[in-house]
Amino acid sequence: MPQNSILQVSNLTKTYKSGESSLTVLRNVSFEVNRGASCAIVGPSGSGKTTLLGLCAGLDNPSEGSVMLNGIVLDKLSEDEKAKVRNQHVGFIFQNFNLLPTLTALENVMIPLELQNRSHPRKRAMELLEKVGLGDRVKHYPAQLSGGEQQRVSIARAFANEPAILFADEPTGNLDGETGATIESLILELNKTAGTTLIMVTHDLDLAKRTDRVITMKNGKVYTDSLRPLQTQ
Amino acid sequence: MNISWLFKMALRDSRTNKGRLLLFMSSIVLGIGALVAINSFGENLRNQIENEAKELLGADLEVSSRTPINDKVRARFDSLNFETSEEISFASMAYFPKNGGTRLVNVRALESGFPFYGTIETNPVNGADGIANSNKALADQTLMLQFDALPGDSVKIGKVSFDIAARVIKVPGRSAITTTVAPPVFIPFKSMEATGLLQLGSRMNYKIYAKYPDNFDPKKFDTFLKPWLETTDLDFDDVGQRKESIGDAYSNLTGFLNLTAFVALILGCVGVAGSVSIYIKEKVKSVAVLRCLGATGKQAMAIYLIQVVIMGFIGSVIGAALGAGIQFLLPGLFSDFLPVTVGVSLSYSSIIQGILLGVIAALLFALPPLLRIRKVSPLKAIRASFESETTAKSPYFVYFLILIFILSFSWIQLDNLFRAAIFTAGLLIAFGVLAGVAKAIIWLVRRFFPTGSSFVLRQSLSNLYRPNNQTLILIVTIGLGTALIATLLISQELLVDKLKFSSASTDRPNMVLFDIQSNQLDSVEKLVTTSNFPVLGQVPIVTMRLESVKGRSASELRADSTSEVSDGMLNREYRVTYRDSLTDAEEIIEGKWNGKHIKGEPIYISMDEGFAERMDVTVGDELVFNVQGALMKTTLGSLRKIDFQRVTTNFLVLFPEGVLENAPKFHVILTRFKNPDESAALQSKVVAAYPNISIIDLELVLNTVDEVLGKVSFVIQFMAFFSIFTGIIVLLGSVLLSKYQRIQESVLLRTLGAQRHHIIRINLLEYLILGSLAALTGIFIALIAGWLLAWLSFDTVLTPNLLLLLIMYLAITGLTILIGLSNSRDVLRKPPLEILRRE
Repeated sequence: MPQNSILQVSNLTKTYKSGESSLTVLRNVSFEVNRGASCAIVGPSGSGKTTLLGLCAGLDNPSEGSVMLNGIVLDKLSEDEKAKVRNQHVGFIFQNFNLLPTLTALENVMIPLELQNRSHPRKRAMELLEKVGLGDRVKHYPAQLSGGEQQRVSIARAFANEPAILFADEPTGNLDGETGATIESLILELNKTAGTTLIMVTHDLDLAKRTDRVITMKNGKVYTDSLRPLQTQ
Repeated sequence: MNISWLFKMALRDSRTNKGRLLLFMSSIVLGIGALVAINSFGENLRNQIENEAKELLGADLEVSSRTPINDKVRARFDSLNFETSEEISFASMAYFPKNGGTRLVNVRALESGFPFYGTIETNPVNGADGIANSNKALADQTLMLQFDALPGDSVKIGKVSFDIAARVIKVPGRSAITTTVAPPVFIPFKSMEATGLLQLGSRMNYKIYAKYPDNFDPKKFDTFLKPWLETTDLDFDDVGQRKESIGDAYSNLTGFLNLTAFVALILGCVGVAGSVSIYIKEKVKSVAVLRCLGATGKQAMAIYLIQVVIMGFIGSVIGAALGAGIQFLLPGLFSDFLPVTVGVSLSYSSIIQGILLGVIAALLFALPPLLRIRKVSPLKAIRASFESETTAKSPYFVYFLILIFILSFSWIQLDNLFRAAIFTAGLLIAFGVLAGVAKAIIWLVRRFFPTGSSFVLRQSLSNLYRPNNQTLILIVTIGLGTALIATLLISQELLVDKLKFSSASTDRPNMVLFDIQSNQLDSVEKLVTTSNFPVLGQVPIVTMRLESVKGRSASELRADSTSEVSDGMLNREYRVTYRDSLTDAEEIIEGKWNGKHIKGEPIYISMDEGFAERMDVTVGDELVFNVQGALMKTTLGSLRKIDFQRVTTNFLVLFPEGVLENAPKFHVILTRFKNPDESAALQSKVVAAYPNISIIDLELVLNTVDEVLGKVSFVIQFMAFFSIFTGIIVLLGSVLLSKYQRIQESVLLRTLGAQRHHIIRINLLEYLILGSLAALTGIFIALIAGWLLAWLSFDTVLTPNLLLLLIMYLAITGLTILIGLSNSRDVLRKPPLEILRRE
């Protein structure tokens, strides 16, 4: 893996088996993403975007091929080892926010830090929540926050462990246009200032255009892979 | 693993779930409560027996015999400076001249001195003082109550009339229940002769109570006195032995009660397993997110494991506190069964044991659903519909641990591995049958789903098999509770019916006159017939002892520790009859019965098959009996199967005619009375004319047995209460937990326009099916258990009280529906959005 590359996907295939029949959702996908880059994965429903994201983040095992994340080959790791990799190198932002409903905003943000045994997790979580504009909502439970606020908490949580790479799955998919735009800007800005690599699955082509690279998926294959779309246009 | 973080997460997560977590832990509260109460009570009882060991015997040593005790024993005790007190006790009729009442009592003629330890409690107090040297008697308080007698009235025993000095409330070492059949009357030892009851043939029990001198080391009993006593025909008991035998008897009682409490705990634990399972299903998403954030499967499981342990601990502590409270009720509940007065004190070991047991049980039963957490894929966070490719294997080792847990607990309680295995297997089978019924219903409803039926029927039927259904958990818990209660009711009925059957039949005897001397026989028979009573049978009885078995003498057999023949068989007095034919309660199963002895041939006797088996003798073996001094060689000619449940005179050993006719004997006459007045009149006449004759009124015995059974069944019902209420709590718990799943569906139905009656009917039908199936399966299991009991233990045919079972079915199904319907109350009353927001 070249020094500059943080994610290297080689010949990735994923087949789901159900009884006698099987369904291949990813076919022989390969690409590399450079450290600090931002990359959008776009494509129609069922094209394999989310499956690809899950495999890249080590949430699932490929049927064939391999994923190397920050120099670590994921497919040779046990579930626990993969969990450790996620905790140390990866951040997540989900379409439906996925905050733990029984924890306050602050506690949600503290989790990745606590899992790392970091000192003063509360202080760092507070700073992050203030950064995303929720300094006054720290003690609220997810159910007491609006969709946009929940996604901000989710962003704060994603950046809490200072990840090398951030995976975002349709981060604005559940938000209205205005709130979505604010969240987009927040993610991209934090990504830039923290120097984090961003891999984002999205339907929103406008959002995709704001990233360094757009990978288009179709029928489980990479259909197009265009670098720096803004410059090439 | 960062333990403090896990605890922090467990506490954080439980903040908003406290109510629900407590709800499912509440199902173990009653089980633990019952266990702690029973164990505390058992410990207090043990301590009391330990403290009052000497009072239980009333002496340091007691020797007893059915024949007058040899003077050698007195000489030996004298030489050791033992203080002694003698007693002769026997069954006889007490006659109350005040109102002409008579009743069979246990007469105890006592010398002064006894009890050396403890006192005979009387009213007025100290009523027993100086009795031995007076001409007064002490009579049991219930006996006096029955005949309206007061201290100062007189009671006639044999030929002597005694003034009653006081009522007896409690005698050392006796529980109230043991004096119910033949209540005691104490008379002075010196008056024994004058009663005229000390005649040949009367069944006397001779005792010497001894008190060791201060310088006598009780250990010497074992080293030199015991071996000497073993060479005699005497039975003996010292404080240590008495303590042990009483302790054993009551540890059996507490063991049985503990098992009943344990069933309540297991039932609660099944509830815990079900609730945890539902709870965990709801937590899957959170677990997936935690795993995305880098928590390992084990860490995620540990969070919920900690919650379960903490809640199990809290539930157990509440249960233990409740148990400490319930304990106050137990001495009162059991007072009639106990030889000592048991106080109430906190038993810390029982409390700690109860809490530990609760935590372990809750944890074990919660483990199967908890283990599933480890396998939750982080992919669930981005794909709700994602199903793990490798389905989690059933945690067989946990089931094995649960089995070991149940087996070891019941083994400790029953002190018998075989019975513990039977108990465990029974519980397992009951679980299996219930789970099988639930699975079968799920399968059948899916397979034969009535697609063309009404909306309401389709909705309620599909609730039975849809994801997160409650079919299995509700059928198992409600069914097991029902099975337990119904089994208790059925066995109680079996017992009472059996006794009623014996006495209700019009041609069977219900009164037995015994101890009739040969020279009294004709005149007693005449008295009976002239009083218009039928003589339904007349049986001669000869008493004898066993001298040798298969050529080995009784003393030789006693000394042989490997011998099958017990001391009881060698020491007992055999009450034998002779006749030329068998009764209808007897059946020859081996050998040949010849009713008449042929001179010159061996004397062929017949023996009860079970007794012969215990004595290890079979047809053809030789037995020598000592018939009041004369040795009689006999050969076992046949084995009989005897129906001991029949109210008639049954004999373990039967002689043919032509052997015992000239031996000293007494007679029994069987008759039948129609009403209690008739019975009392005949008893008075007989006792007035023949004071040595004793009369058993079977109606009275039946009433007494009924009374005893009533007390026993009250205790059983008290214990069953814990199971019943645990069942209700589990039912409440699972219905309330399902509320969180069902409410969304109901609200959605409401939003789509379903009306109040739709929702009510859907829920009603669903819980009607669940409640009905659970109750019916439970009753079915109870019927099988009852049938087995009837067949194996009571040797009778099960005729279940269908009305009782129907009431039970209706009550349990009704309760299930009621609790189920209360679930949808909110949905019916409030606007859908308000509920959704709140939930």
